[in-house]
Order: sequence, then structure tokens, then C-alpha cells
Amino acid sequence: MSSSTRVFRPAERVIGGHVGRHSAGKRVQPAQAAGLVPRVRHAIGYAILCLIALIFMAPLIYMVATSLKPDADVFTTPPTLWGSELRWQNYADVFSYQPFGRFILNGIVVAAVGTAINVSVAAFSGYAFSRLRWRGSSLVFMLFLATLMIPQDVLVIPMYVMMQNLGWVDTFQALIIPWAFTALGAFLLRQFFLTVPQELDDAARVDGAGTVRTFFEVMVPLARPTLAVLAVFTFINYWNSFLWPLVIVNDVNAHATIPLGLQAFFGQQGSEWSLVMAASVISMLPTVVILVLLQKHLVRGIVTSGLGGR
Amino acid sequence: MHESAPRRSAARKPTLAEAAVATVPVAGAGGPAEADGEREGGGREVGRRSWWGAAFATPHSVGLALFTVVPILASLVVSFMNWPMIGERSWSGFANYSKLFSDPIFWVVVRNTALYVVLYVPLNLVVSLGLAAWLTPRIRHRHIFRVLFFIPTITPLVANAVVWRMLYQPDGLIDATLQSTIGISAPNFLADQQWAMIAVVTMSVWAGFGYNMLIFSAALDAVPENQLEAAQLDGANAWRTFWLVKFPAISPSIFFATMMTLITSFQVFVQPFLLTKGGPGTATETLVQYIYNTGFQNQQLGLASAGAWVLFVIILGITAVQFLGQKRWVHYE
Repeated sequence: MSSSTRVFRPAERVIGGHVGRHSAGKRVQPAQAAGLVPRVRHAIGYAILCLIALIFMAPLIYMVATSLKPDADVFTTPPTLWGSELRWQNYADVFSYQPFGRFILNGIVVAAVGTAINVSVAAFSGYAFSRLRWRGSSLVFMLFLATLMIPQDVLVIPMYVMMQNLGWVDTFQALIIPWAFTALGAFLLRQFFLTVPQELDDAARVDGAGTVRTFFEVMVPLARPTLAVLAVFTFINYWNSFLWPLVIVNDVNAHATIPLGLQAFFGQQGSEWSLVMAASVISMLPTVVILVLLQKHLVRGIVTSGLGGR
Repeated sequence: MHESAPRRSAARKPTLAEAAVATVPVAGAGGPAEADGEREGGGREVGRRSWWGAAFATPHSVGLALFTVVPILASLVVSFMNWPMIGERSWSGFANYSKLFSDPIFWVVVRNTALYVVLYVPLNLVVSLGLAAWLTPRIRHRHIFRVLFFIPTITPLVANAVVWRMLYQPDGLIDATLQSTIGISAPNFLADQQWAMIAVVTMSVWAGFGYNMLIFSAALDAVPENQLEAAQLDGANAWRTFWLVKFPAISPSIFFATMMTLITSFQVFVQPFLLTKGGPGTATETLVQYIYNTGFQNQQLGLASAGAWVLFVIILGITAVQFLGQKRWVHYE
């Protein structure tokens, strides 16, 4: 644990703004002590920043507000934030028009199973590429890296043909399996295992542990933070994925995940904006919760490995 | 072949052992097979390790081969075939590619995609770099700002696009605000030839810049304090300090972000698909939507594969150019 936190020093400093808020506050002191003009300038700058953040958040605030309006109050001039009543019923309506509960459940199952497979195979291969010596290791690793260059969109068509041949069109395994083996995890875990001191392997070996026991009892526990980062990003990628479900799912009510379900809902109820916004809130909520709870892991993943780019 | 002696002391001197392992040829890699069997303990361990390494890498390798390497090669083959979704498949040589290049719509979507990239990438980089530079550790509650700006990056793009569809609507938030403040009505953004692409790009920048902002922000935090102090002692103001010290220091991050943003922006699909369906007409139809339509609406998988390969080659070309150009402005320590 201590060694892993040492590895992620730069990322930890990013979150430092969060942990060490008091020290950050202290650093403002000299500017404040410098006199009235810099202080006023600083305050104006801060106000502008808050204004930018507010404008930036306006679409999301308006989404939440609209999701609670009666449909008749949605388009008004001048625009208002609140309607004539807070209509929580919109959310119940969304669930009765389309099985959003089912979409959420589908999303969780697909993302969780896919993440579990991806993280497991990546832990093994990352260990193999970093600590075990075997013939062809570097060649295979180069091939892994090369596959990272391939855009998903290029794979969609042959993947669809493959699913046709397997008889997997419109199934959960077709949503999960094709993207469960992406190479990024192997790369990420290899980078991590390379930082683990060789002494740990050797000590385990002296204790009589073989390769498998060393891996499970020493290496996997050490790699837990990196595994968590990989898991969070893999989960979110699955959760937000749209093009592949659009292509492979026929029976939306049975197999759709959230983005496809929302798109279908938008197609049917597109004119009832308060319901569409309620559905959007439902779609966003799980990822926002993940962001708030796991911001540390997310920031670390982005900063150390460039995961999750858009 | 006297390495077995130092190798047995592995427990006490791990670094030596590591060095020894490195010098001993891996079993089967070159040394005579019987030499491997003759060795005591340590020798066998190398053999065993060699076997375990391949075994550990197998599940991932097999999965990757089946679901990435096979499909990418298959798509190249399919792109040279007449391959309808249902029915007779046949070899067609370069017919798909010549059909593609003579299709005026194809050139329209290539142009649209290029226009999107040209507008989106610089805007994304400027906004994310600007905000990252603004959100110095001196800014109070900077972590809250960071989380806020990051929200749309992590929420489903489909949901973000649906929300913006409402903002852009006639009588939507933007139109209604303009009408009630300055008394003019906004253009019908999503149905207007001139505005549709701008609307798509604006929404995309809003939804996408948070990711680069985090990367730049972390890189800026890592710029050594003494370099900044030196610049300040030399009398450089904030602007000059940024361009002369911070920008070169974080140029590897900017290079990385530029490349990732370029690659992903060529694959833009969700935003135009939900905001405009590619319209009005074909004003915002992108390459990936063209591939999707060709493959799954018109059910011509061969032609769609050819389109996908054109996209792939474009992305590879751009990446190569980036890598060649990086020497001129990226400074690695």
C-alpha cells in the first residue's frame, strides 16, 4: 500500500487541492496582504470564474429543473427555472413508459461482467509482461500496444458479422465479450508491476511460494489501487457505450443499456421534454455518483495513464 | 555455465539474482535443451517461469486475438468483397473503394468530419488549457471547479446531447433567453445549414474539454516551483511565465492530449447523430455515421468496411504526422 501511494505521487498532488484545502487557503494570504488592488483583482477574477462555472452548469441545472416541470411550463419566454409545481410524477412516468429500471439493471450487469473479465485477464497479462520471463514476451506486448491504435468504429462491422456467425446478435454476451479484452489494462498493470521491488517476489519465493501463489497473495493485493482505477474506467466505458448497443441490440426493452434506452425513449416521447429531461437525469445520475465518490481514483487514472479520453 | 552458484544465493542478494536471471538464456530461447535439464533448482525455475509467463498471458492474448486482431483483418478482407447483410457474398476487388470515392456523399462526410475536427480540436485545447492555467492551487475550492467541469465528460454522451437538443430548440433556453433580453429570436440552430455544425461543435466542446483540463492541470501542478520563481525574479509577468516556462514544461502533456483528441474527434458520431441526425440535409453527417448508415441501414457491409478502413488510414496518417512533428515543439526532460 505504501509503495503504491509512492508511485502515484503526482496524482496525489492533484487531489492535494481537495485534501489540503487549508494549506491552499494559507497560500492566498500573501496576495491578500499585498494590498487592496491585488485583493480586489483576485476577487473579480474569482467572481468571473464562478460565473463561467455557472454558465457551464446551466444546461445541467436547466435539465434538472425541466425534469420537475409540468409539460406545459417547459417552453416559456422569458425562461423560468421552476414551473408552476414540482412534478415528481415525471420520474414515475418515465419508468412506466419505458423499462428504465431494466436498462439500469442491464447496464450494471453488462458493465460489471465486462469489467470483471477485463480486470482479471489484464492482471494476469500485466504480470506476465513485467515480472515473468518467457519467449516472445516483448513481441506479444508490442502487438498488444498496436491494437490500442485501432478505433472501435473500424471493428464494429466485422464484429457484427462475427456475432451473426456465433448467433449472438441481440444477446448480453454480444454486449459484453467483444470489448472485454482491450489491451489498455495490460499496459497499465505492467507499468505498475514494474515499480514493485523485486525483493518482494524473492521473499515470497524463499517462503516457498510458487509463481501462482506469489501472484495471488503478494502481487494482486499490492496492485489493488491500479486495479480499482482500471475497473472504474472500464465500467464507465461500458456504461456509456452507444454505437455498439445501437448496432447489436434489436429488442430494446429486453437488452438495451442506458444510452440506447434513452435514445429510444427520446424517439418515442421526444415532444414531452419534461419526461425526456427526467430520463436524462436518470441516465446521468449513476455516473455522477461514481464521479463524486471516486474522484480520487478517476483523477489518478487520467493523470497516470490517460485513461477514459473523449 | 557456472551461473548456478550465484543464483542459489538469490535469497540474500536479490539484485545479483536478477542480474543472473537476465544473463541466463531463457529455456528454449537458444541454449541447448539438455543444458537446461542439467541445471539444479535455479535452472528449472527459469524453465518453469518461462512456462508460467506464457500461461499468464494466454487468456488476454487469446481474447484480444479473437475479438480485435481477427476482426480487423476480417474487415480488410470484407472491404474487398460484396457483402450484403443477408444473401450472396462475392469477391469484388477494389469495387467498394472506387464506389466510395465516386460517391459525392462520401466526400461531403469527409469534409464535414474534417471541418468538425478543425473546429473542435483547437477549441477544446484552448478552453481546457485556459481553465487549467486559471485553476492554480491558489484558487479556493479548485477541486469543486474541477469536478464540475468534468461532469459532462463522464455522463453518457447521449444524455448530454439530448439536453442540448432542448437548449437549441426554437423557444428553447437559448432562444427564449435572447428573446426576453435583447428581443431578437435565435436562429433555429439545428435546422440551419450555417449553424448546425457550430451547434454540434459547441456542445461537443462543452461535453469534452474536462478531460484535457484535468491532464493539463495535473501537469501544471508538477512544474518545478524553482523554475517559476526564477522566471518571476527575471521580471517575467504571468503571461510570459506561462509561455516561456509552463508551456514548454507541460508540452509532452499537450502533445498527448492533442493526439488523443484528434484521434477521438475523427470518430465523432453520437453528437451529430442525436442532435441533427446528420442534417439539415447532410450538413453534419460524419464519417462514422456514413459507415453506420451504409452498413446497418443500407446493409452493405463490404462498402461500410471500406469506409471504416479509410477512416483508420486517416487516423494512422494523422498520428504519424503528429509524431514526426513533435520534435519541433515538445520538450522532454
